Amino acid sequence: MSGNVEHKSDDVNHDAKEASSADQTSMTTSGSGSYILLFFLLGLALSMVAGWVVFPKLLYTQKKQPLDFNHKLHLKEVDSDCASCHFFREDGTFSGVPALEQCLDCHYEKLGESVEETLFVEQYVDKGRQVPWLVYSRQPDCVFFSHSAHIYGANLECRTCHGDIGHSESLKPYEENRITGYSKNIWGSNIAGLKQATWDRMKMDDCAQCHETAGIHDSSVQTGRDACFVCHK
Amino acid sequence: MKLSRRCFLSFVVGGAAGTALSPLPWKLTDDLSIWSQNWSWTPVPPDGEYTQVNSTCTLCPGGCGIGIRKAGKRAVKIEGLAGHPVNDGGVCLLGLSGLQLLYGPARVKTPLKRTGKRGGGQWQAISWKQAIKEVTEKLKELRKKNQPQSLASIGPNGSGTVSALISRFMKAYGSSNDMKMASKLDSDEQALFLTQGIQNGMVGADVENADFILSFGCAVLDGYGSPVRMFRANSRWKENSATLIQIEPRQSNTAAKADQWLPINPGGEADLALAMANIIIKENLYNSSFVSDNCDGLNSFVQMLYENYMPEDAARRIGIDVQTIIDLAHRFATAARPLAINGYGKGQNPSNLKETLAIHALNALVGNIGKKGGITGLSAYDYIRWPKVVTDTVAAAGLKESRLDGAGTNAFPHAKSLPNRFFDKLSAGNTSIQALLVAEANPCYSMPDTAKIKRVFDSIPFIVSFSSFMDETAMMADLILPNHTFLERYEDVPVKAGLTAPIVGLCRPAVEPQWDTLDLGDALIRIAQSIGGSVGAAFPWKNYKTCLKQTLADQWKDLEKKGYWMPSQSLQADADSKNKAGGKSGRYVLMDGTLETIYMAQDAPLEGDSRSYSMLLMPYDTIRITSLQIGAPPFVMKTVPDTVLKGQDGFIEINKKEATEMGFKQGQAVIVTTPIGEARVRVHLSSGLAPGVIAMPRGLGHTAYDDYLAGKGVNINQLIGPVEDPASGLDTALGIRAKLAKA
Ligand code: SF4
Repeated sequence: MSGNVEHKSDDVNHDAKEASSADQTSMTTSGSGSYILLFFLLGLALSMVAGWVVFPKLLYTQKKQPLDFNHKLHLKEVDSDCASCHFFREDGTFSGVPALEQCLDCHYEKLGESVEETLFVEQYVDKGRQVPWLVYSRQPDCVFFSHSAHIYGANLECRTCHGDIGHSESLKPYEENRITGYSKNIWGSNIAGLKQATWDRMKMDDCAQCHETAGIHDSSVQTGRDACFVCHK
Repeated sequence: MKLSRRCFLSFVVGGAAGTALSPLPWKLTDDLSIWSQNWSWTPVPPDGEYTQVNSTCTLCPGGCGIGIRKAGKRAVKIEGLAGHPVNDGGVCLLGLSGLQLLYGPARVKTPLKRTGKRGGGQWQAISWKQAIKEVTEKLKELRKKNQPQSLASIGPNGSGTVSALISRFMKAYGSSNDMKMASKLDSDEQALFLTQGIQNGMVGADVENADFILSFGCAVLDGYGSPVRMFRANSRWKENSATLIQIEPRQSNTAAKADQWLPINPGGEADLALAMANIIIKENLYNSSFVSDNCDGLNSFVQMLYENYMPEDAARRIGIDVQTIIDLAHRFATAARPLAINGYGKGQNPSNLKETLAIHALNALVGNIGKKGGITGLSAYDYIRWPKVVTDTVAAAGLKESRLDGAGTNAFPHAKSLPNRFFDKLSAGNTSIQALLVAEANPCYSMPDTAKIKRVFDSIPFIVSFSSFMDETAMMADLILPNHTFLERYEDVPVKAGLTAPIVGLCRPAVEPQWDTLDLGDALIRIAQSIGGSVGAAFPWKNYKTCLKQTLADQWKDLEKKGYWMPSQSLQADADSKNKAGGKSGRYVLMDGTLETIYMAQDAPLEGDSRSYSMLLMPYDTIRITSLQIGAPPFVMKTVPDTVLKGQDGFIEINKKEATEMGFKQGQAVIVTTPIGEARVRVHLSSGLAPGVIAMPRGLGHTAYDDYLAGKGVNINQLIGPVEDPASGLDTALGIRAKLAKA
């Protein structure tokens, strides 16, 4: 402890000296000031790089989907677009990512010779295991979302929120937020949270923004307003 | 360049400014908040398709229709079924918490064999094959020794196939020691036979349509009869401005919410009902056309009343003034649709036969039998029509030996089963029982004088429990063959709990069996078949589901679709034909020789002498604590107020003034002592209890189950002994003498 104290008093002395010399030559003053500015800028720059570049890199980890999936190919084969596999159940609830049972409707036996198909049949179909898909749009459990209200009620298209995934030929890597465990697609790929397309982000503000622009102010059954209870039951 | 302190500081300030201008803090804050919602121990509902399975709750005799909501394979919620004739969408606290029984830690997860001392809780998991083999070997041995009658069973008091399969097994095996747990339904059944000649019947009370309800101690709002139905009836009374009068010594929940609470001395119900009958007849307020057309024995009934139940004498015994009785009699007799209902508390224990008859007689006097808003005698469910058991010589010889409990003998001709007497006999040194099967009953907890019952269990060489849960009785077993819970199995549920029309609900599996358990019916079928011979032949079914399907035959499809079946017409027709056979068609017997003996008999005295035990300890029932074979799950226990249970300490209610005189303060620890046992409790001072009476809830003080239930409070059955009603042979103890001392 005492060492520290001494060291501090040294600093004070040193500052005092510097201050007194500043009175003598203006040269020295401007030199010292520019250093300070330099260090300020250095700190600013480094932290900006850390915040804008390094942090997002560190925040997400890339995960591979258990299988690759060709949406485009499947879309060509089915009759009712997205709803062929992502359908509404009789009670109005949304089935979400298909369970193995649905895949089996067609893939009860191997279709074709692709590597992915072989993997799928051997690892999942034959073993009766569900494919542990990583869902890009998965929301926390505190979020209540009705697909039915948005598709049938508001006539939204799937792509409004999910983008053009239906035409992709392969699944992009799943970037998992190391802290929350959710996909990068929720916050959006822009770390500043800026977006261009409606499907670039899936945060609460995005829901609110859309409700706001569409002039929806009464969508909560409980409160008759458009506040917390709409999504957080 | 020198790296001055200022440079360093400006670097830090620059860094801070840069960080603030980057998304880092804002994004991190957002992420951390989400992270905090996703801690691994935070329960998260499972994902999956939402489905619903409609079933029937079997956690109490109520028979409510329930819908089990599922997400994927997991059951996530139990709701009452809207439109169901019993509960129309309602559900009680216990039913709602049923999932905790399914997924809770008290489950017996595989067949178990005792390894350590009996009751020591040391078990070895065994396979079903071995479990069945062990039971079979033991039972075969007894039959080989020509002692089939040394096997006894204790099962549920039901009319469905489970109860019937146990009885059938006992019969085919060759033992008449087939005990069923007793309840108010037994005393009602005997009363119904004596007054209306209906055998094995049940009393329906049209509570919904009554407008003046006289409840003789019934816990209308605390689990009486079919509990949810009673809640709904109560709401209906409120809407229709009906009057509910609650007659009981303690200011229960029901008393507090009734239009009038009439505190009487404990055990005064029969006196009050008969004194009212006396007044109603004397003042000619009875329904003379009904009585003269339908009732037998009015004159001798009146004579008996005038000799023994004059209002003044009764008033003294009951502890209320004559005028109150007179007023009550007037109001009852002149109400448009009066109804008197009987059975103390939830009705889980039998009532005194005299009291039951007296209360039924009140209904008869006002012409309230078989009418809207009245009581109706319903005949037994008889859809189980299995071929007669063909016994072999061993079984036939065994069945000739009389039952240990004396049910059906001259002393108790109308009793079907008297478990209290069974245990009394064994406790008095009878060693004839060598093996015992226990299913859907927890006698080591729920029968009075638990220490005695446990001693009896200890003396029986071989005990098999079929319990789904590690309850007190399972703890005393040698083998546990765990049954599925009600959410994992099929069962027919013929409801008897006071409904006006018969209804059979279907309990069906909502989820796959969670553990290595087996339906009780299947276990019995397997045991019987592996004993073989005539025993196996009595169980010709492939499995229990087939048995159930065949039994319900034409009704099965409907049951599967609707979830219940109302066999009204056929049963009523049957009832009528039985009445005729008994020569009492449509008649109500107010008095005959048998009834006279019952009315004239002295009440069985309370146990203990009043000098050393100056107080009377009574049990009370509350819907917040389950008290039958199902232990209360954690959700239920959470609702118990801390004047009943605080931490691990149970409370005893005592009159406030009396407690103060005795120097007791609220919450003070005391020792309650009865002739049977003693326990440490805390006092709760109450103004809703007469001096001299102390009360404790039923359902606490478990020693088994799990940490959420075990060790909380005191089991009142530890302090109370059975009191046999001489008329019925049933245990109808209303309490016991007791004393309190500072701990
Ligand atoms: S009242 Fe009885 S049958 Fe009805 S839900 Fe409650 S426990 Fe189940």
